[in-house]
Amino acid sequence: MSITTAEPRHRDHAAQRGQGGTTLTGTATMIRFILRRDRVRLPIWIGAIVLGVVGSLPAFPETYPTAADRQARANLLDNPATIALTGPAYGRDDYTFGAMTANELLGFVAIAMALMSILLMVRHTRAEEETGRTELLRAGVLGRQATTTAAFVVVGAANVLIGLLLAVLMPATLSELPASSSLLFAAAVASVGLVFTGIGALTAQVTEHARAATGLGAAALGVAFALRAIGDVGNDWLSWLSPIGWAQRTQVYVDDRWWPLLLSLGLTVLLVALAFATTSRRDVGAGLVQPSPGSPRAGALLSSPLGLAIRLQRGGLIGWAVGLLVFGLAYGGLASSIEEFVSDNSTIQDFLADSDSLVDGFMAIVVLMMALLAAAYGLTSVLRLRSEETAGRAEPVLATAVSRTRFAAGHLIVAMGGSLVLLLAGGLGLGITAAIALDDGSIVGRLFGAALAHAVGVWLVIAVVVALFGWAPQLVHLGWVVLTYGVVVGLLGGFFQFPDWVTKISPFDAASSLPGGDLSTVAVVIMGVLAVAFVWIGLLGFRRRDLTTT
Amino acid sequence: MTTAIDVAGVVKTFGTVRALDGLDLRVSTGEVHGFLGPNGAGKSTTIRVLLGLLRADSGTARLLGGDPWDDAVALHRRLAYVPGDVNLWPNLTGGEAIDLLGRLRGGVDEKRRQDLLERFDLDPTKKGRTYSKGNRQKVALVAALASDVELLILDEPTSGLDPLMEAVFQDCIDEWKDDGKTVLLSSHILAEVEKLCDRVSIIRTGKIVESGTLAELRHLTRTAIAAETQRPVTGLDQLPGIHDLVAEGNRVTFSVDTAQLDGAVKHLTPAGILTLTSQPPTLEELFLRHYGDELAAEGVATEAGAPS
Repeated sequence: MSITTAEPRHRDHAAQRGQGGTTLTGTATMIRFILRRDRVRLPIWIGAIVLGVVGSLPAFPETYPTAADRQARANLLDNPATIALTGPAYGRDDYTFGAMTANELLGFVAIAMALMSILLMVRHTRAEEETGRTELLRAGVLGRQATTTAAFVVVGAANVLIGLLLAVLMPATLSELPASSSLLFAAAVASVGLVFTGIGALTAQVTEHARAATGLGAAALGVAFALRAIGDVGNDWLSWLSPIGWAQRTQVYVDDRWWPLLLSLGLTVLLVALAFATTSRRDVGAGLVQPSPGSPRAGALLSSPLGLAIRLQRGGLIGWAVGLLVFGLAYGGLASSIEEFVSDNSTIQDFLADSDSLVDGFMAIVVLMMALLAAAYGLTSVLRLRSEETAGRAEPVLATAVSRTRFAAGHLIVAMGGSLVLLLAGGLGLGITAAIALDDGSIVGRLFGAALAHAVGVWLVIAVVVALFGWAPQLVHLGWVVLTYGVVVGLLGGFFQFPDWVTKISPFDAASSLPGGDLSTVAVVIMGVLAVAFVWIGLLGFRRRDLTTT
Repeated sequence: MTTAIDVAGVVKTFGTVRALDGLDLRVSTGEVHGFLGPNGAGKSTTIRVLLGLLRADSGTARLLGGDPWDDAVALHRRLAYVPGDVNLWPNLTGGEAIDLLGRLRGGVDEKRRQDLLERFDLDPTKKGRTYSKGNRQKVALVAALASDVELLILDEPTSGLDPLMEAVFQDCIDEWKDDGKTVLLSSHILAEVEKLCDRVSIIRTGKIVESGTLAELRHLTRTAIAAETQRPVTGLDQLPGIHDLVAEGNRVTFSVDTAQLDGAVKHLTPAGILTLTSQPPTLEELFLRHYGDELAAEGVATEAGAPS
């Protein structure tokens, strides 16, 4: 690594020596350094997003060959569940492939790009600072703003590159998509990525921990998504508070409005300016939130590996639980909008026997989203097993009278118990506001049950990670692939009409029709057996293998 | 005397790297055993095998009469470990980490805990991430020394400690020894080992190359002699065991294998000794002798790389 970076650094150094340097000195070297570090990671992100979009385009004409097919899909789209999930369903009277792309894909692509931007920004700013590596670099000839600037340039460029690739490849893949509109689509998703690059730059300044900075960024993304979902279903102005909302209000492929993207650009500039202002005011390694002295003695909780796992993960779990509760409360309140929606719309009334099934369909999607979020928490939580090991903190614990199994069980119980708590919190929130909106107390129990029914599927995702942890600890992050599969199949399945088996093997399929439909008991039993087997296999492997730090 | 640690022919490979290559190590109960070697020689790997964190590919290892891998939990109740690179939980205080590790081991001696905190001058209310390297090391030391166990396994425990704290550490180990407890002390600080250890094993590229009491090891090494005589000394180079001989007029300096010391001094006497200084062999010389060829190899490489 040093071989590639040392040489240019000397050159920069020589060039700057006469001028004394600025707060940006060394930015170019840092950019090269980041590109070198992420020479695998960046192409994977860019490739996955671009291929995800471009690769799904051929399915449009296959799934919806005639105008009538497309119109049927457009009519289906006109319900609060889908709107809350994907976005404002515009252009429905002439549902072209373009309108389809915008309505069904834009929101998801924007979220993927936002996630990429947050993760990469924090990785190259706060995570580096937390490990102390930034200190080493800053002791050299490196300006105060160079790391943040370099990270912003690289992540920003990744967003722009994704945009450019989309703008070129989308019309080339599906000729019905006009090039100029595709350029706007690309600009719209890239604009969301840029805003969250800025958000990542700012959250990295606030806390001392990369984990917390990523969490704050993800929470901001959650708020942006929820604002747009609630806004699109009911109060339009709420959507105007969300960067995702702005991207969707370009009405790309239908009206092609460029101006809402100015809002994203403005916000990005503001966020980056704030991040810069913060960097120049704080010490290296410090956050805006200063740590305070703690207790000189350990409480009763810190007496077992489970207690340690609870203590380490408590803060994160509380944050997630509050997030899911709020998520549930927000979506539950939309239940009354659905009833109004049905009474205003006679075609739908003919179509559906009563408003209950529409409410149930809406709730099923909300509960599914909660289950996916609970699984995301479960993954981050169970991955602590591996991060404790690589950080060298598992070693002193395992050098005491703690067996491998007890050590692993601690974090596993927190991951599984924690995700259950999240399902309950989300289900409760959803139930409370839905019961008030519908004036029907019985729905609380039904939503609670629907959320709970997803537990086994969520646990299965966690169990997969345990199996990997035991036998291929370097591959534990493949657990995210399982979750991504669940997201794609569960949330995009309605549009892409995947073959039955593709949908069925998702761990989130068994309970996906609740609260309205039936729970697939067979699937739940199979998943339960698989989960137990994976955990057992994983623990067996962990008991047999060496402790590693790489 | 019973054996606390008995390792025979242990091999451990990581991919193509043979980290331990038939290692033998024997530590008797009640002794402080120095485990010497340069970075990367396999000290930490040996310790991790003894702790059941790594599994040996072949060979046998016994620890306190048990198998380090199969009986790990039971054995760990009877030992305490200080890693060379202490990583603490960023959001737990030092005091919490000490209590946690002590409790997981089976209990903390309250009086000793308090005493050690004072002696090491450690603030237990600071969060793990705010400690310096030396203070993190102290946290691990206090946690280990405050527990009531029969064996201490220390992997370069004083790295990062200032000289004052090193002295405190040495006092602690002396007290530990007085209680008849066993210590395995891995280190490359030779003065520390000379001061504390009864016996020493030297590891090199995964093998023990030398093992014994300091006196036994010294016997294998050379004494440096510098003498001024009335008449020039001749014929010294004919004697066995003489090295690095430099004779300038009536001054002569050389080093001699300890076994040949008597003969060398006898050879000097007829020339009429005016002054005579002898430096006893240090562990450092012993060390350098075992790794000398590596240094030489590096020297050759440097010369070859020079633009001459």
